[in-house]
Amino acid sequence: MTKNNRHPFGALWQEFNQMQDEFAKWFGRASGITTPPAFSVWEDENAVYAEADLPGVDSTKLEVTITEGNQLTVQGERAAPEISGAAWIRQERPFGKFTRVVTLPALVDADQVEAKYENGVLRLRMPKHEAAKPRKIVVKGE
Amino acid sequence: MSELARTTPAQVEGREERAVTVYPRVDVLETENEYLVLADLPGVTPADIDIRFEKGELSVHGRRPAFRDYGPTAYHRSFAVAETVASDKITAELKSGVLTIHLPKVEAVKPKRITVTG
Repeated sequence: MTKNNRHPFGALWQEFNQMQDEFAKWFGRASGITTPPAFSVWEDENAVYAEADLPGVDSTKLEVTITEGNQLTVQGERAAPEISGAAWIRQERPFGKFTRVVTLPALVDADQVEAKYENGVLRLRMPKHEAAKPRKIVVKGE
Repeated sequence: MSELARTTPAQVEGREERAVTVYPRVDVLETENEYLVLADLPGVTPADIDIRFEKGELSVHGRRPAFRDYGPTAYHRSFAVAETVASDKITAELKSGVLTIHLPKVEAVKPKRITVTG
């Protein structure tokens, strides 16, 4: 690790970076490399989409809610492996209840949301509310 | 400025095709009869998983297809496995993005009940 003595906060900066790296490793991702985030949201003209990595979750217990047209809440629980007579040698996977709240970039029609859980990934297609769709305005000429 | 505009299509493609390696989180448990390895591999199908056991090392490779602007993700993890594992009996299953590998113990090391005569 090269020490940057010219940087005013040389040692501190180095420590901060080191901590970031360790933190990133802790979450199983090498720092500075672009991997898909665990929860991503994007949109096109007609719908807002969301995708979340939720391996090992009981899809019947997954709760997906849309409040006020643009707040998406995903709640669920992942149970710890229940294997009788088993002793733990290593534990890295998180367990327990989780909640993610995301504000969507546009108003969606909650009645038309499609949700699919496949291969441990939750995929949502949320059609935009009519009011949020782009509208062409006709300009009256002279 | 011309430097920035010089990215050739081949270079751009190269960037997209290079997979990023992620080390999946893993739990390891031990029972009387086997070791269990559970790995989080979201978005991976059984066809895209490669599990090998060679010279006492268990390696797991999984590939997840490219997603939007991101390239494909390669999951990789390897473990040193004790000789007490019956390597020809290793099995694995994938459910909801979680890979479970069963590594049965060799008969000789399973706990044995000794009956006492008398």
